[in-house]
Amino acid sequence: MPDDPFLPTRPPRRTHETAEFWDGCAAGRLLLPRCDDCHAYIWYPRLFCPHCSSPRVTYTEVSGTGTVYSFTVVRKGAGAYREFSPYVAAYVELAEGPRVMTNIVGVPVDQVHVGQAVRVVFDPAGDADAIPRFTPS
Amino acid sequence: MSLRGAAFIAGAYEHPRRDIPDRTVPQIHAEVAVGALADAGLSMADVDGFYCAGDAPGFGAVSMAEYLGLRCRTYDSTETGGSSYLVHVGHAAAMIKAGHASVALITLAGTPRNGGAQPGSSAAAPAPESEFENLFGVPIAANYALAAQRHMYEFGTTSAQLAEIKVAASLHAQHNPHAFLRDVVTVEEVLASPMVADPLHRMDCCVVTDGGGALVVVSPAVAASLPRRAVKVLGQGEAAKDTNRGRIDLTHTGAVWSGPRAFEEAGVTPADIDYASIYDSFTITVLMTLEDLGFCHKGEGGRFVMDGGLVAPFGRLPFNTDGGGLCNNHPANRGGMTKVIEAVRQLRGEAHPAVQVPDCQIALAHGTGGSLSTRMMSSTLILGQPDA
Ligand SMILES: [Zn+2]
Repeated sequence: MPDDPFLPTRPPRRTHETAEFWDGCAAGRLLLPRCDDCHAYIWYPRLFCPHCSSPRVTYTEVSGTGTVYSFTVVRKGAGAYREFSPYVAAYVELAEGPRVMTNIVGVPVDQVHVGQAVRVVFDPAGDADAIPRFTPS
Repeated sequence: MSLRGAAFIAGAYEHPRRDIPDRTVPQIHAEVAVGALADAGLSMADVDGFYCAGDAPGFGAVSMAEYLGLRCRTYDSTETGGSSYLVHVGHAAAMIKAGHASVALITLAGTPRNGGAQPGSSAAAPAPESEFENLFGVPIAANYALAAQRHMYEFGTTSAQLAEIKVAASLHAQHNPHAFLRDVVTVEEVLASPMVADPLHRMDCCVVTDGGGALVVVSPAVAASLPRRAVKVLGQGEAAKDTNRGRIDLTHTGAVWSGPRAFEEAGVTPADIDYASIYDSFTITVLMTLEDLGFCHKGEGGRFVMDGGLVAPFGRLPFNTDGGGLCNNHPANRGGMTKVIEAVRQLRGEAHPAVQVPDCQIALAHGTGGSLSTRMMSSTLILGQPDA
């Protein structure tokens, strides 16, 4: 594992549609947009329901638990990630359904596997932000 | 309306170089345009439709058309990454059938080895999904590795099976004097090459090359007037595959939809395909595409590629006889153009004799633009002899 346990972060670029998601991360809560009409959890975050075309969407706290759907050990990252290689990039299937791109942290890279149970952690990004990653639960 | 027989590919040209420090990208567009038109027996003055994609600098298709001195009736800058040029063939055939063009020129060029756009890069404004992917450090190879890992988990596909695809490409590339990599490699050498993003090794990845290529798509009447053999467009399909409203399935590509559309239009089945150019940005791209196009059942791609299954001329399905993107050329990080060009060579009987498929009647070319584990545009093109 790299010496520094924290992978690179930077403050996310907020938009009118995504600010509430990032505010949730900063507060240590995973909020997903949920459709007021068809009740689907929406991923990636947006204020439009791709399931039923509704613009009525409410950010809702979810469990933050899931399983590894797929993963890869990146042996040579680019940019800020270069010096943190190797590290794990993954899709995590949330308990609520969506499959989200993320990193698996807090575990040696050779001990990650498909189907592994994981929970969300929030890595600080800048002074006031955080980004969601996952660690074995 | 079917496009079967609506148009013919009369000219095809692949730039012979793979490292081009002394040309601008527009210059390479011009070189391949002239090359493809000469191959067809036509000139720039005959062109009345122009097609290019995101590799072409400037304002849509207009800047390059202006550079080339073209005056066309139709222009199209549809951008679907590496599959753009197969999409262009289909769109050009439709415009030709509609009577809006009779000679369509399609060009591609780039110089990633000399400061041009890098693999997986995009100059466009941030996409709505970008912050939910870009923060996590997933380079292009890792994106494809995510699909490979899931395929292995669900179907037991192995790294050695993926390596067979690179081995077959290398067996073909040894005969191509222009190929970027001409050395024959073994499964063991592929597996011993450095891991880039588990489970993909360095030799599972395509080459990064400068260069380009061009195609000339013409009406049946123009084709009949030309001295060279033209190949008939039998069918084309295109399909986007995305993250499926946040529930992405990593075990298939857009070929599950583009393939059937093309086969139906062409009136043929996978069993009728004598030669296939399969997009090979990575070995896993080939394996999943073969399944999705119906050359074997889902999950059986690993077995399909073993025992020389892809090796020309006598394998189950001779593929990428120029050496493909894995060994020959992946100009501007876009492999669709060269896929069509080699299919045209096979149908004309002009592939290298060591890899020419005997009596090649029907060929398939498939492009995969974008990324396997987020969003892509797949396009399948089926071509045949003039009397097919
Ligand atoms: Zn809805």
